[in-house]
This record gives sequence, structure tokens and C-alpha cells, in this order.
Amino acid sequence: MVLFIIGGGCVAAMLVLVFLDMPAFGGKHHPYRDHAIPAAVQHGTANVVSAVNFDQRGIDTFGEETIMLGSVVGVAVLLRPGEHEHEEEGPATGRVLDSTRLAAYLVLAVTMIVGLDVVLHGAITPGGGFQGGVVLATGAHLLYVGGRYPALRRVTPEPVYEAGEAFGAAAFAGLGLAGIAVGGAFLANLLPNGTFGQLFSAGSVPLLSIAVGIEVACGTVVLLAQFLRQELAIRPNESG
Amino acid sequence: MTYYAYFVAGWLLLVGVYGIVRSRDLVHAVVSLSVCQSGTYVLLLSVGYQKGAVAPVFGSTLPTSTPVVDPVVQAMTLTDIVVGATVTALLLAIAVQIAKRHGTVDPDELVSLEG
Amino acid sequence: MLAVAPVRFDATAAHLLPIAITVPIVIACVLIAGRAMPRWTSDALAVAAALGVAGIDGAALASTTANRVVAWAGGWQPRHGFSVGVVLVADPLNAGLALLTAALMAAALLYSWRYFESAGAHYQALMLLFLAGMQGFAFSGDLFDMFVFFELMGAVAYALTGLKIEDRTSVQGALNFGIINSLGAYLSLAGVAVLYSRTGQLGLAQLGHALDHQQPDALIVGGFVLVSCGFLVKAAVVPFHFWLADAHAVAPSSVCVLFSGVMVELGLYGFARVYWIVFGGTLPGDDIRRAFVVIGLVTAVVAATMCFCQRHVKRLLAYSTIAHVGLFLVAVATLTAEGTAGAALYVAGHAGVKAALFLLAGLALNRYGSVDEWELYGRGKDDRLTGVLFLLAGLALAGLPPFATAIGKGVAEEAVAKAGYPWGPALFVIVSAVTGGAVIRAGLRIYFAAGPRPHGQGQPATRGDEERDVSTTIPRHPPTMMLAIVGLLAGSFVLGVVPRWYSAFGNAAQRFVDRNGYIAQTLTAAPATVVHHLPDVSWTASSVVLGTVSALLAVVFAFAGLYHERAPQPVALVGRAFGPPLRVLRGVHSGHIGDYAAWVLVGLAGIGALVGLPLR
Repeated sequence: MVLFIIGGGCVAAMLVLVFLDMPAFGGKHHPYRDHAIPAAVQHGTANVVSAVNFDQRGIDTFGEETIMLGSVVGVAVLLRPGEHEHEEEGPATGRVLDSTRLAAYLVLAVTMIVGLDVVLHGAITPGGGFQGGVVLATGAHLLYVGGRYPALRRVTPEPVYEAGEAFGAAAFAGLGLAGIAVGGAFLANLLPNGTFGQLFSAGSVPLLSIAVGIEVACGTVVLLAQFLRQELAIRPNESG
Repeated sequence: MTYYAYFVAGWLLLVGVYGIVRSRDLVHAVVSLSVCQSGTYVLLLSVGYQKGAVAPVFGSTLPTSTPVVDPVVQAMTLTDIVVGATVTALLLAIAVQIAKRHGTVDPDELVSLEG
Repeated sequence: MLAVAPVRFDATAAHLLPIAITVPIVIACVLIAGRAMPRWTSDALAVAAALGVAGIDGAALASTTANRVVAWAGGWQPRHGFSVGVVLVADPLNAGLALLTAALMAAALLYSWRYFESAGAHYQALMLLFLAGMQGFAFSGDLFDMFVFFELMGAVAYALTGLKIEDRTSVQGALNFGIINSLGAYLSLAGVAVLYSRTGQLGLAQLGHALDHQQPDALIVGGFVLVSCGFLVKAAVVPFHFWLADAHAVAPSSVCVLFSGVMVELGLYGFARVYWIVFGGTLPGDDIRRAFVVIGLVTAVVAATMCFCQRHVKRLLAYSTIAHVGLFLVAVATLTAEGTAGAALYVAGHAGVKAALFLLAGLALNRYGSVDEWELYGRGKDDRLTGVLFLLAGLALAGLPPFATAIGKGVAEEAVAKAGYPWGPALFVIVSAVTGGAVIRAGLRIYFAAGPRPHGQGQPATRGDEERDVSTTIPRHPPTMMLAIVGLLAGSFVLGVVPRWYSAFGNAAQRFVDRNGYIAQTLTAAPATVVHHLPDVSWTASSVVLGTVSALLAVVFAFAGLYHERAPQPVALVGRAFGPPLRVLRGVHSGHIGDYAAWVLVGLAGIGALVGLPLR
């Protein structure tokens, strides 16, 4: 505790000095933005954040979705059944209110559609592969909220979704390598730019967004499945 | 007022570390770490803000000459969020296994790594 | 100074850099999707991938001899010195580091062939993703990109550390590692945000250009301290080092090979690269030199002391890594090409030796079920070959010529002495002797039953109970494991004897410290300047002498450690005087995550004070 007071106090003082030297909040000086926007418009991408993410700084996104892949595989490794444990069927349908179940089914349909929309329109509306992928994955888990864990497990077989996640990541990498082969640089924007603000615009940005969407959706499903399985299905072996 | 947002970010960072230092529960420590991370989000986004500017998504309703906030920090924050969420998941998975092996998640009671 | 026309970069070699990052990721995806493939297929695929990446890195290294290799991702070539894209830059030093990474990964995967108990093909997939993260970090020329690959390295490393989920210490070590490294990464990101607010840039070259000749105010110093914090946490510099011993103690041996061999050194590389390119034109060199030589000194001394007191062999090796990192930091902090060359060569030699030692420790664990030096007393008596290898590695660690550690140490010692720190060579000799001596002591105890049998509980320290890495019993000298061990030691030996290889470090270091050349070549495709005055990297009389002295001193320390109970009265009295401070030092290393986090803040404040206060 003493250490924290000393260290924290000094760091706080340092941070205050640093912040006071920074440009004021809400200022106009943003040189990177002033270059990023014309570049996005040049490639026909209406959502400049997606342009930065998938087009201009695509390799950052590549690294980030690889982190997602690595973490999901890591969780699968960490939560695997141990030597003295085994996996059971899992509990039967849970007891929830009928109204909850109905609401879950209704919202599930809406959520899936919204998720798909967010993924596909990554280049023109706020959103993109990451956001849409998470929406899709958590939408599927509304089955669990509605008390139907066995149905959820049937709908999300782990090997399939792991393969899906790997496919998404490999697709992103493949598009990157295609950029080298065709466009002369890694993750170069390959396809025609299309009309600004339409679905088929921004070159490869929608494709990259879809690849990421697949990867994140499948990955999040696997992630949540690991935690649920650890809690609901893995039991220690009977001793003796 | 001109630096308030930055101080909020700094506060979040320090409160997060305080949480880790004084936590009695590893899950709490991991969540405190994500509080630290929220501090970095606030810092990034406040660096990119411009008064009177709108979100950087153009289209038929928003001509490309409108002043918008900095999209680069938003992209960075998005990356940061994904990274943070996945790393938090990983650390929580480790915490689950600790609970199973040690029977406790209180850092004060975990004594197998001294010296 | 900057050209106006759009620039052209040589594309052919440039493609190698992103391919080196992408190949391991794609193979990892194949391994993840194909979980059901037979064990030998996934083993072979993984080793082939690592060797393939090593080949690509070798080709990249060859292209960097004349010129740096610059690859702008996405094809966003800079105009007027500005680009919206991310750049990957290779010079001989980071290409060599990437090659080292891939080579160590191949050795580690070879070691874990067939015998390793693994979670399907997930272990190999995680290792390949780790490789990709390290490659990306080494080649990156953009600060935020470095953060992303830093987190990739980190996330996968946390999972690999906790691989043996049955082991109580394993999961705790993994969590300590995870929380502290992530905290460091977030502090670095805060630094990136701070620098971005002033300059609007994220690329190293662009930042360096923007900050050139600026007066170092609180923002620049604060940005430097915050950004360095994450890299120094990864480099396990005191007081950010607590996580390393915990992580090494519990991770599977093949993973420790990578941690000690390259991951920690990559943290140091990141710190040095960011200082040189971004802050080399603004923060005064004397200030930085003073601050970080002190930090390196403290790191080396603290870690060497802790190293000698350990009975858990892997923890002992971990502390010796931290001690060597302290020495590397002292050499790099001289801010000269000679110091950097010495440090780089020392890193390369150390990597081979330390990796071999971890694999030997893993062999002992899998055969005898323990890594506790006291418990293993005499257990290895029937295995002279392994014992000899262990002792040889210990001597190499202490700096016995003609291993690469000796020549690297020698060049570094000279550079430190010339930079105005005459006590430098003495520090290097003593620290490497202490750590080498600890290893030799352990080897003598385990394989030759030397000295009296240690008894009693001793101080409450981490004992060496640990779960085995393998699921079946292994033969006395498993071919793949022995091949990896001998190969690593041989590599360290060969690097020290082939003049063309070790003298290349001079050129690499000169390029590394040439910040103007880096900035110009990255932003304007200017051809690389011809380098004069290469630092002289060769065997000198003093390096041979000091190396031999270190090795002999290590043997003396080893025997002192074995027979300390029979020491004559005055020596024993002196030894007892060290008791209380030693207890305090060991008490500080408590294994408690809260303490570690508090120390991170103290360290951050300390560096801020050391760097910032002289500038007021």
C-alpha cells in the first residue's frame, strides 16, 4: 500500500504535467485526419473509420484479429477438460419464464439481421466486421438466455466454428497476400472503388469486413462456448 | 475545462491500478485492468475530438467537406477494445483455473510463488 | 530535406517482411481448423513453418546488408514525407533478431516433437501465432503497430504459460504475467496517445521527424517514459521484472526457450528503437545514458543476487536472464554503435546458451519429475553426457571463449568503459560469473552429486515441484530433444568463431543508431548512406582474458555455493551479515499481484524522475 501511495502519487503528478502540455481538448489540429479523409474518399469509402481500419492501417487490423484468434485458441487450451475431469451432457432445458423465452426468440431474429447488416455495410455505415461479428455471436446466445442450452450446443458445434474462425483469419491473410500479388503491396486495395456510399464501394474494404465478421462471430461463439461448457458440463471424475 | 477529459483518463488509469494493488479477488483484479484500459480509450478519443465536428461517416446526407472528428483515434480505440476484450477473456479463463486448483481467488492466499 | 515527388521503393525484398508475418498465421489457421490431423502431421507442419519463416528472414537479412528494406503496407507510399499507412522497416539488426526468433522457435518445436503433452494441435498453433507476433514486432516501423503486435505476443504467451492447467503454480504464474504485461502495454498506449496529440503521427520515422530539435518539455518526456514503460516491462528490467521469474518457473520448457531467448530481448529492442528514432533528436543523450546505465546496473545486481539464491532451476535461469538483460541495457544505454554491437552479439550468444539450458532443465523435469536442485541431488549421476552439456552451457553463460557470449561481452565491456564507466568490465565479469556459477553449481549437484547433500527446508522459497511436460515416459536421450539442445549450443559456439558472422554485428549496430538515415530512407526512399567507421567487433586480448576470468570465477562461485557450510569462520561471519538484506530482497519477490502492480507505478515514477528532473 505504501508503495502504491509513493508510486501512484508521483505518477499522478507526472500525468498532470504531461496533460497540461497537451493541446486543449476539442482543438482543430489533427494532421493525420486531414490526410486520412481525402485518402478514404479517393478509395470511395464513406465510413472513414473503416477506411482507416481496413484500408490505410489494415495491417493493424490484421494483427488485432490475429490476437482474437490467439486468445480464443488460448481460452480453448486453458479451459480444456483436465486429466481428472470429464465432460457431461450438460443440464437439460433450464427453467425460465415463458415471456423470457418468447422475447429471446423474437430478439434473436432481429439481432441476427442487425448483425449481418452491420457486417455487410462496414464501409458505409458505422460498424464493420468486429462490431457485427460480436452482435451475431451474442445473438446466437440468446438461445441460452431463453433457457435452451442444449439447443445452443447443437447449433454451435465447436469444431465447425473453430474451423470457421480459422477460415476468416486465413481469408484476411489471403486477401493481404493477394494484395502483394496483384496490387504490389500487402493488403493493397484491389477491387474497383464503386460508387461512394453504395454497398459495392470502397474496393476490398467490404470483403475484409466480411472476413473479419466471420472470424469474430465464430471466435466469440467458441469463446462463450468454452466458458459455458466449463461451468455447465465439465465435472470432476468420481474418485476411487 | 480544456484538460478535464485528459484528467478523467488519468484518473481511470490510476484507479484501475489501485484496484489491482488492493484487490482481494482475482476476478476483481482482471476487471480493474480493464478499467485501466478504459482510461486509454478516453485518452485516445479525447485527443481526437474537435468542437463542433460530427462523426466521420460521410454519405448522401453528409458532404465530404463537413468538419469531422479524428477517425484515426477511433480506429485505434476500436483495435484497443478488441485487444482488451480478448485479453480479459484469456485472463478470466486463467482465473477460473486458479479457482479450481487453489480453491481460492484471493491473491493474499496464493503463496506458491515466493522468493 | 524531404523530396516532393512521390517516392519509389524497391518492392521485391519488401514483400518478404509481410510474408514472414503472414505465413505462420496461415499455417496456424490450418492447424486450428484441422484439429483431427495425426500428431506427426501437426508437428511436421509446425516445424516446417518455423524453418520456412527462418528462411524468409534469412533472405530479408541478406537484402539489408547494403540498404534498409522498407515496406509500406497497403501501398500507401509517402508523399511530402507523410503517409496514412503503416510501414515495416528491416535493417540488419531487427532482421537478425527476427531470424533468431524463427530459429529458436524451430528448436523449441523440434524439442516438443511427439513427446509433449499438448492440447491437440492448439499448442503448435499458439506457438506459430507467437512467432507471428514476434516477427511483426521486430519489423514494425510504426508505434501503434508495435503495440498491436506486442499484445499479440503477450496474449499468446499468457496462454502458453498456463498450458499445464493441472499445475497450481502454472496458472498463478500465467495470471501474474498477464496482468503485469497488459498493464505495461496500456501505459505504453497512453504514451502513444500523448505523442499523437502533439504530432499527429504514429509512425516511428514520422514521429522522429516531427520531434526533431524540439525542446524536451513535460509532454515529450512523459511520452517517452510511458511508451518505454511497456517495453521495459516486457524486457523485465527492475522494478518491472517480478513477472518473469514466475512465468518462467511454470511455463513448459520449450516456451521458456522463447521467453528468455528472444521475447525479453525484443522488449529491449523496442525500447532502444523507439528511443533512437523517435526521441534521438530531442532528449539529450547524456541524460538518457546516465538514467539507463543506473537502471541496468541495479537490474543486473539484484537479479544476479536472486539468481544465486534459487533452488528452483528454472527460476534460477529466469533470474539469470534478468541479470543479463541488465547487462544488455547497460551496453545499449551507452548510446554508441560499439555498445549496441556488443549487446546484440551478447544477446545472440546468450539466446543459444540459455535456450539449451532451459531444454536441459526440461529434460530433467521429464525424467526425474522435479526441477528442484536440492531434490535432484545426485539423481543424474548415471547420465554424464547431459551433465557435461549442462556444465558446458554454464561456462558459456559465464562467458567462456570462444562462445559468442564471450566476444559479445568483451565488445560491450570495452564500449561501456570507453563511455566513461570504468567499473563496467568489472560489473560484467562479476554478474556473468555469479549467474554462470549458479548454473554450474546446480549442474554439479544434479549430475555429479558434488558437495554435501542439502538438507532442511531452508527459507520459504519456491520449491521445484512441477508437473511434467510429457505424457509418456521418455528414453534416456530422446533424439529430437538432444538434437535441439546440442544444436543451440553449437550455434552459440559457431557464432563466436566465424569472423564473417560476428563482425557483421558492427554493420548492424551502425545502421541501428543511424537515425537520420532511417528517417530519410523510410520517408523519401533516399539510398542508404555509405557507412564509415564501423565499430570493431573482433576478439581482443582483453575480451579473451575477461571471458576466461569470468568462467574461472564462475567455477569458484559454484564451489563456494556447494561448500559454503564448510567455510572458515571469518568468511562465514561476512556471509551471515548478508542474511537480513537478502531476506528482505527475497521477501519483496512475494508472488502477490498487488505488489507487482505497485512496483510498476514506482518504476514508472522512478524513470520519470531520473529522466525528467535533470531537464527542468
